[in-house]
Amino acid sequence: MKAPLDDESTGLPWPRSWGGVYGLVMVIFVLWVGLLTALTRLFP
Amino acid sequence: MNTLDYVILIGSMLGIAAYAVWSTRGRKDLNSYLKGAGETRWLTIGLSVMATQASAITFLSTPGQGYESGLGFVQNYFGAPLALVIISVVFLPLYRRLKVYTAYEYLGHRFDSKTRLLGAGLFLLQRGLGAGITIYAPAIVLSTVMGWRLDATIVCSGLLVVIYTVAGGCDAVSLTQKYQIGVIFAGMIAAFFVLLARLPVGLTFTDALSLAGGFHKLQAVDFSMDMNRRYTFWSGTLGGMFLALSYFGTDQSQVQRYLSGASLRESRLGLMFNAVFKIPMQAFILLLGVLIFVFYQFERPPVYFNKAAWNHQALQAKDGTLRSLDAQFTEAHLAERAQIETWLKARHAGDKGGEAAARAAASLAHDQVDAVRARTRAALDASAPGTKANDADYVFITFILDYLPHGLIGLLVTAFFAAALSSKAGELNALGSTTTVDVYRHLVRLDASDAHYVVASKVFTAFWGLVAIAFALFANLAENLIQAVNILGSIFYGVVLGLFLVAFFLKRVGGTAVFWAALAAQAVVFVLYATLSISYLWYNVIGCVACIAFGLILQAVLGLGKGPDPAKP
Repeated sequence: MKAPLDDESTGLPWPRSWGGVYGLVMVIFVLWVGLLTALTRLFP
Repeated sequence: MNTLDYVILIGSMLGIAAYAVWSTRGRKDLNSYLKGAGETRWLTIGLSVMATQASAITFLSTPGQGYESGLGFVQNYFGAPLALVIISVVFLPLYRRLKVYTAYEYLGHRFDSKTRLLGAGLFLLQRGLGAGITIYAPAIVLSTVMGWRLDATIVCSGLLVVIYTVAGGCDAVSLTQKYQIGVIFAGMIAAFFVLLARLPVGLTFTDALSLAGGFHKLQAVDFSMDMNRRYTFWSGTLGGMFLALSYFGTDQSQVQRYLSGASLRESRLGLMFNAVFKIPMQAFILLLGVLIFVFYQFERPPVYFNKAAWNHQALQAKDGTLRSLDAQFTEAHLAERAQIETWLKARHAGDKGGEAAARAAASLAHDQVDAVRARTRAALDASAPGTKANDADYVFITFILDYLPHGLIGLLVTAFFAAALSSKAGELNALGSTTTVDVYRHLVRLDASDAHYVVASKVFTAFWGLVAIAFALFANLAENLIQAVNILGSIFYGVVLGLFLVAFFLKRVGGTAVFWAALAAQAVVFVLYATLSISYLWYNVIGCVACIAFGLILQAVLGLGKGPDPAKP
């Protein structure tokens, strides 16, 4: 099978750009750190 | 383990391996053997990258770490998301554009032959020396608690992974990893729910978290700037990012996983899958350990979790010290439990003052429990010098064997073996590929046929597999060697990353300058490691920065020649 072309499309309904995907990943990272920090502060 | 557990273990392991060998039969050309048939989708890549990193020790020892020290270790993974984004933006498109088989082949394109061999050599040295550890470490724990022969456990698991990795190449590794990680997740989730069901009646999840927090087990994030603390937000994010950049971006065992993607998109999404799920996965495994800690506040745990070592020493000891310590432990645990129950009653009654007083008393009682455990470890160490005094590796497997129903025990033991085999397969596949492409095809046989290189790759993969088995068989004679290999691994990564960052971003620095810069930076890291006591994560930053700085200085001062750059049109 021939590999598809290496284009810039994410192929996702959202986000459609790779910049959007990376931004989303960073937001999720901040959310995880925030959640773990909240756990640390709530149960000291 | 009973018959059902063994059927699950043997059936799953052999079934997954046989399916992978059957599915990948007929891979005759080098490209499909080393990089797969070019059909791998993002989920398979994502799971494969995750499975390569997560070894059996991740699943055996990490809950023990959560039990002993809480959630703080999760900070080690904070650098991974940013590193994976950088790899997806910079590293991956270059690797794919040049159609390289190995990451070190890129160094040859960008710099010269000696720099390529330096990168490949550091990888082979580090991974080759450590080849036995991923088999040995889980085998020693599982054979101890199961009463299996250590040599038989090592040989059986080692030969199985060698057979399917040699037979099916890259695709067999990815395919088995996908199913193996499925077994691992199923096992860990099952253990989590059994653990929740086993907590005392009336103890809510919030109560459990409150108890864990009271014993400082939920200190997940530490923003302290103290360089000597092992796990902080800063060391995890900055040092962890350099470590993750080096590991995911330049270690062939990972690069080979995502180069098998059907397209750049599939490879990128596979990496982003890890960027999103790596931190919660590690937090979940640590949380399992924390909940086991809570569980054992109500059920008496063994005073020493390596029961085989305990029983052996207790039988041999003549002065009754260990039996006395066991009795003291029972007493201390009962006292602690009484204080915890008082604490919970006050909590449920909304009595803040009573809760605070009972919590302080429980904390003091817990110190007594810890003190008896420490004396027990010291007594065991004194009666059998050289015994591994840290029994944290045995916490999770002890809970599984004592409290999980049959069937689930088989599933969890299968999960540990699946984790051992999946990470080992990724390593062997990468060692075989690097030896073939960067050494054999580059230096020994430059113009042989594809079929010849496939055979050579199989021979080298089998060779590294047998080296791993041999090392694992003799590893118990050389515990210090294992420690040394782990240290070597952690202090090489920064310099290797430096080589790649110079290649990507500093086009004016040539091969000779970066080659000598890498050697000098490695020497600096060795010297600093011998003289400082900072968290090992910082050596990734130091090695990388030193390599880049020395490269720039050597290039400027000596004006050494610049290598060709095929990445540019």
